[in-house]
Amino acid sequence: MLTEQEQQAIGEELRHYPQPRAAVSEALKIVQRHRGWVSDESVRDIGAALDLTPAEVDSVATFYSMIFRRPVGRHVILICDSVSCWIMGANPLQAHLAATLGIQPGATTADGRFTLLPCACLGACDRAPALMIDDDLHVDLTLEKLGELLEKYA
Amino acid sequence: MDRPLTQHIRPDREPLTLREYEQVGGYQAARQALQAAPRDVTDQVLKASLRGRGGGGFLTGQKWSLVPPDDGSGQPKYIVANGDEMEPGTMKDRWLLEGQPHQLIEGLLLGAYAIQARVAYIFLRWDYKLAARRLQQALAEAYAERLLGAHILGTDYQLDMVLHTSAGRYMCGEETGLLNAIEGRRANPRNKPPFAVTCGLWGRPTAINNVETLCCIPHIVQRGGDWFRSLSRSPDEGGTKIYGVSGRVRHPGLWELPLGTTARELLEEHAGGLRDGYVFRGLLPGGASTDFLVAQHLDVKLDFSSVEKAGSRLGTGTMVVLDDRTCPVGLVLNLMQFFARESCGWCTPCREGLPWLARTLQALEDGQGTSADLDLLDAHVQTIRMGHTFCALAPGAMAPLGSALKYFRRDFERHVADQRCPWRAP
Ligand SMILES: Cc1cc2nc3c(=O)[nH]c(=O)nc-3n(C[C@H](O)[C@H](O)[C@H](O)COP(=O)(O)O)c2cc1C
Ligand code: SF4
Repeated sequence: MLTEQEQQAIGEELRHYPQPRAAVSEALKIVQRHRGWVSDESVRDIGAALDLTPAEVDSVATFYSMIFRRPVGRHVILICDSVSCWIMGANPLQAHLAATLGIQPGATTADGRFTLLPCACLGACDRAPALMIDDDLHVDLTLEKLGELLEKYA
Repeated sequence: MDRPLTQHIRPDREPLTLREYEQVGGYQAARQALQAAPRDVTDQVLKASLRGRGGGGFLTGQKWSLVPPDDGSGQPKYIVANGDEMEPGTMKDRWLLEGQPHQLIEGLLLGAYAIQARVAYIFLRWDYKLAARRLQQALAEAYAERLLGAHILGTDYQLDMVLHTSAGRYMCGEETGLLNAIEGRRANPRNKPPFAVTCGLWGRPTAINNVETLCCIPHIVQRGGDWFRSLSRSPDEGGTKIYGVSGRVRHPGLWELPLGTTARELLEEHAGGLRDGYVFRGLLPGGASTDFLVAQHLDVKLDFSSVEKAGSRLGTGTMVVLDDRTCPVGLVLNLMQFFARESCGWCTPCREGLPWLARTLQALEDGQGTSADLDLLDAHVQTIRMGHTFCALAPGAMAPLGSALKYFRRDFERHVADQRCPWRAP
């Protein structure tokens, strides 16, 4: 069941488009903002709200990299693995991060604190290497800076 | 030197509020234009010789001229600001979006007025959180001051402007993929023709323009197409350009410079040249899907026609620099992995071909390549081109590969001969 809050937020979005279907990506993001991820049940509920089949909703959900169809940690680390960051040392950075957290890229730490996801160019190429934690962009990273950075996200 | 697009952007402060923006001349162009015929905007833009900054370089005035006049159906026309900016190596629209949201809103309003659109969408990539916040705030200010909504500036013109944030996929930036994305479908591309200008969002005429393109419009309208055109150093293309440099240079960054600034000036004077201990080997002039240029091209003017003559594309105008301590095969592998991952899967050459190429390049990097692999790479560069695929993503992926095979052939061959990547510790 979508909560009243979620339904209301989705209703707001409907006003921006001539057809309800167009609000599907917003609806997915709204649910994800409230629950951290999008379950099969939520896919069905969004479909019901927008008059779409679950398959139609899922076809959109699975298209986007930032819609999570599995639970993620409290904080999501998106580490850029595209060209400028790669030149500037994103690989060792990612390896170090994975080792520090004790997980493979794509996985979540056992305590549910972090999920580590490599991602496409973050548009911060002149300040590479870069990553995002939740909504925050962090740039000009070094191995030394990483440890300090993680501390900020409990 | 005139820097109309970025002169009021300060890295250490919030962007100009609506009031501050108006104090430096903001929304003057809108006030002017809305009192005159919509066609006047398009005419100035044509005079300005503004070519689209999203990568394709299409003439903006011409695009708007192709939008049909009102058909009396009562159905709206649309305009979209393309702020997806997911091309690796590209960070120019972020500067404009975060730095001066009102400039984009005014440009989009002017573009909308020119084609008489009723609804405008700003399509913004997921990761640009700060830009989203600032745009939302600026939109609220503009609505409050009657610069958007019904009866804009006391006229009969009505425009709704909506921020649509994406959820992370490179294909959403391709213009027909973008249409599907806004409509709530998978962002596979659509067949062309019909083109979006006649049949776009919900089957209605839709103009799609890049963020930087739209940010030029207020200045063109306010100071005239001829003035804008004279900012450039190239005869047939007007304006300034946001150029960028990333890679192992002394001062990576972004600069607004006359269109037609040479690659050498950008690289050496603005980016400070390569860092100590590194030697220049090549550059991608405008993002991941452009062909390498090398030392012999450094004096090429970075405008659309000159870069094309040199065998590449200006693309987004944000260059990525390859140095001598970075393996060109590894770099192309990195790009191919990106393109393979972002393929929408709609057509076979791309869906099957790009992962195959990525695996082949990986084998070379891992010391398992054969000379037959080089033939296979060559063959794909020949096969996967425009007309053989449904959209420009896969042909774009061939640009760095094909040019690397041409300019860095020896390096590919050494991977085979030595059975290892020469840049990796043995
Ligand atoms: C795979 C792909 C991704 C693209 N991504 C973007 C983008 O993020 N932003 C953009 O403005 N144009 C992008 N384009 C180009 C658009 O299709 C379109 O040409 C452009 O938005 C038109 O604006 P302009 O005329 O102002 O350049 C992309 C093209 C392709 C093939
Ligand atoms: S070229 Fe690639 S991205 Fe474009 S339609 Fe084909 S599969 Fe999709």
